[in-house]
Amino acid sequence: MTKFDEALKAGKFVCSECQKCKKLVWPPNDYCNRCFGKVKWRPVSITGKLVEFSKRNEVFFCIAEFENQIRVMGSLESTIVPTIGQDLKLIKCGHNGNEEFVFQLNNS
Amino acid sequence: MRKVALAGFGLTEFNKDDTTIDSLMLLAIKALFENTPNLGQKDIEVVLTSTNDNSKYLSSIVSEISGIKPKISHSVESLCNSGANSAISAFSYIASGLADVALVVGAERFDSPGLVLEWDKSRGQYKHPIYWSSMFTKSHVRKYGTTKEDLAIVSAKNHKNALDNPYAFFKKTYSVDEIMNSKNLTEDIRLLDCSMPCNGSAAILLASEEAIKKFTDIPVWITGIGQKTLSAGFTKNDDLTSMESTIDSASMAYKMAENKPTDIDVAEVHDAFSICEIIEVEDLGFAKKGKGNELVRDLYETNDKKINPRGGLIGSGHPLGATGLAQIVEIGQQLQGTAGRRQISKAKIGLVQNMSAAATSSSVLILQR
Repeated sequence: MTKFDEALKAGKFVCSECQKCKKLVWPPNDYCNRCFGKVKWRPVSITGKLVEFSKRNEVFFCIAEFENQIRVMGSLESTIVPTIGQDLKLIKCGHNGNEEFVFQLNNS
Repeated sequence: MRKVALAGFGLTEFNKDDTTIDSLMLLAIKALFENTPNLGQKDIEVVLTSTNDNSKYLSSIVSEISGIKPKISHSVESLCNSGANSAISAFSYIASGLADVALVVGAERFDSPGLVLEWDKSRGQYKHPIYWSSMFTKSHVRKYGTTKEDLAIVSAKNHKNALDNPYAFFKKTYSVDEIMNSKNLTEDIRLLDCSMPCNGSAAILLASEEAIKKFTDIPVWITGIGQKTLSAGFTKNDDLTSMESTIDSASMAYKMAENKPTDIDVAEVHDAFSICEIIEVEDLGFAKKGKGNELVRDLYETNDKKINPRGGLIGSGHPLGATGLAQIVEIGQQLQGTAGRRQISKAKIGLVQNMSAAATSSSVLILQR
């Protein structure tokens, strides 16, 4: 299990940032895909923006973007139909066989 | 670079029987030998196998059970466009002069491990392909006003075309209403908007200009090739209304073949979901951006089989490792004038577009009589 998975299992969303050139490596990895420098693991800001969404069995799922570059899919808790570009936050994440992310719109 | 042409082909029926990958491949190879006069095992210098199956040493196994002792033999895996990738590898061996005759065979079982890319953590718990296709659909609908009916027309057209394909998984037509009313898998995707994973195998024989005369009088030349890999992670697609890897691949293939989109008489495009065909006909230059729905509707209403004459992935079924090769077989038959009831009149130049994992990579081939 990678450090990313371990952190996720503990409920923390971390990303890999190159110690040399500061690039965020996403999907996460141990080495930078620009300069091959070693990465450090740091928390991802939990506030992001909605890129796209759909719905399955009355539950929204979406692509959310954090720090203007890390895009990840998760479920979206909302009682209203969201708008693209809307602010959201990560309220839960975990690892249960698959990575799991739960987001919530900021105004809800 | 030496010229390379399609010299023969073989297909199996697409179904969901319980069988093995090597058995499926052998059936397609057997059909290829039956279809190709003067071909003997000793003619074949390259054997490439295309699949997402976890079999080991497969190309050597398939060579042995086919009685072939090739110089070059290996497997090619690249999810849904393994087939086009393997054909391009074989092309390269011949074009470079390393070999004169290559057999490429692709196959998949309905329960292929290639249906889900576990590596892609950016997909979170939404790893099944219906989720990325929902994202593409929603974006295209929002930006261009594409409707549920437009999507259903892709599926209705391709199921209708598949009726004339004796190897297709589906053997019935669906009305636009039936497709629109089929089960909602998500808010944006209905069951009949999806291609069906199934068993299937397709084999092609490629040969150099010197070698091909022995096998056919009507060679179909591979004149253009383009490939692009943007990423493996789905969320690297910046614009969800386009397939950047397909645009790049098409541009390379058109340049190499010295063709433009209006030169293409017939095309097989990768309609893994209804939205894919609409985006692809735009990104391949057959329709203006946002007008792919109008082209598909016109083809459906006029019974024009120019796009996906064999029924595409939606009508024929989608055995991942075989799909790209089955697309090449169809364009080969079209350009040879042997496509029967699917035949596009006077087709001279054809195109194949095969892609993987939410269009994170694509391959485009142009073929010419």
